[in-house]
Amino acid sequence: MSADTRHPNSSEALKASESEAPSSRLATFAEDAPLELDSGTKLGPWQIAYETYGTLNADRTNAILVCHALTGDQYVASTNPVTGKPGWWELIVGPGKPIDTNHYFVICSNVLGGCLGTTGPASVNPSTGSVYGLDLPVITIRDMVRAQARLVDHLGISTLFAVIGGSMGGMQVLQWAASYPERVFAAVPIAAAARHTSQNIAFHEVGRQAIMADPNWRSGKYFTDDVRPTKGLAVARMAAHVTYMSDESLHQKFGRNLQDRDNLTFGFDADFQIESYLRHQGMTFVDRFDANSYLYVTRAMDYFDLAEEFGGSLVNAFKDTKTRFCLMSFTSDWLFPTSESRSVVRALNAVAANVSFVEIDSDRGHDSFLLDVPELFETMTGFLTGAARARGIPAPREAV
Amino acid sequence: MVASLVPMGARVLDIGSEDGALLDHLTRERRVDGRGIELSQAGVNRCVARGLSVIQGDADKDLSDYPDQAFDVVILSQTLQATREPKQVMSELLRIGRQVVVSIPNFAHWRNRMQLLFRGRMPVTKYLPYEWYDTPNIHFCSLRDFVALCRELDADVDKAIALSAKGNKIPVSAPWWVWNIVAEQAVFLLKR
Repeated sequence: MSADTRHPNSSEALKASESEAPSSRLATFAEDAPLELDSGTKLGPWQIAYETYGTLNADRTNAILVCHALTGDQYVASTNPVTGKPGWWELIVGPGKPIDTNHYFVICSNVLGGCLGTTGPASVNPSTGSVYGLDLPVITIRDMVRAQARLVDHLGISTLFAVIGGSMGGMQVLQWAASYPERVFAAVPIAAAARHTSQNIAFHEVGRQAIMADPNWRSGKYFTDDVRPTKGLAVARMAAHVTYMSDESLHQKFGRNLQDRDNLTFGFDADFQIESYLRHQGMTFVDRFDANSYLYVTRAMDYFDLAEEFGGSLVNAFKDTKTRFCLMSFTSDWLFPTSESRSVVRALNAVAANVSFVEIDSDRGHDSFLLDVPELFETMTGFLTGAARARGIPAPREAV
Repeated sequence: MVASLVPMGARVLDIGSEDGALLDHLTRERRVDGRGIELSQAGVNRCVARGLSVIQGDADKDLSDYPDQAFDVVILSQTLQATREPKQVMSELLRIGRQVVVSIPNFAHWRNRMQLLFRGRMPVTKYLPYEWYDTPNIHFCSLRDFVALCRELDADVDKAIALSAKGNKIPVSAPWWVWNIVAEQAVFLLKR
């Protein structure tokens, strides 16, 4: 039971409406078509917001699902209606880009637990008529992938040509390959890992505690009182943002440079450029992201440990896989370091899977996967071209 | 020459893929399901960018990850002499591949023998251009040495082809001791 609707933009209260009635496409599932969650609960009715680019071919064999990261959204290659900014991966996705929408049909959906149209803590709980807040069951990466699989069913696609994503998006890619091996022809997890490490969880906990320490958080019921824990959420974003960059890139970009002043003020203003930059990052983030959503989505990442689902063995997660894998990591990424990708590669080798692995030299830390890194583009283009050849669909390079 | 030993459609692991020339050729011409391992990250990136399935890895360390008999053919081209433990590597190759194709330079080639004999210096040739102190080739052997190792590992030599430096087949048939002098390299097809 589902229906497709496309809502027109309204300039008033745009952001608040995006979590209920997004500007993007929307698939809705009624109470009798609930989503079964890892927590043991059923979620329904529920909805998933998504965007598509390019054209699905007649055989339905050219669909690529792009999975977004923690604070990403479905607007991978189109303007985000809240920020008015270009899509978050326009360097990679678009006509003539590495994920070429002239040739591939690209789908990107907002994750379950998100706040841009897919059911999340900012959505209205149909059984109470008020915003879910913490009444929403805790979501896992596998739940996000289950929701995406339902969307892919809804679009009438049995096998995805590729599932691609960075960071938390890469976790979803690995989960897709493990949960639905026959539905994933090629998988590209970038700057990802098959589990969240203790250090990863630690940073997320700092962020969550910052949100919960904000008096406006009100045990997650801030919507009722029409306030927002913006200070806490901004601090969470600031702490997280540091983990996305490398020491080297911070040093190059900011060094110890002072912000709009010639001398230290002997106070606690943003004397340093890095302070000013982080404050700006925090402040702009709260305009586009819901604090409870941040709690849910970080929790989903923390709970992710793919091996655990398969009796403690990552090898079992990929047993008999026919999927072609291409993993990428970045030398300066200390949040999802190369060693994490390499342990996935080792598990894939143990089943003699078809796997490529490229470690890319970049000094820009975890965020490299979102940036202008030519080797990332070349690897993506080359891998997809080889996979398209194997799949028997025309690849961009070989098209006339 | 190596390519001619690989059956159509085989599942292949190419160790030491370099820029992927062989793997690309095998994929296109022999329609193999091919994977590669390459030591240099730059080489891996070039291979993947041309659509080949290659990972960064080391023949000494990473072969133990693969299951038994995972591939129809495992290829090790001009790499054995650069491994730390050639015997262990050979034994892994024979474990993970139903067939193993190994090509090696022949250290007992007459030109090398002459340099050692008359100049008293470690051989440096066009084909093996390194000085002793900067060579990655730490475990040279002669063709006869290699055949002896195969015997020790219970590997059957299915085919052995003596080659010139350019990789051309030496068109005369000769006993092994002759090839051990005149061949600059050789390709072996092994089974266990």
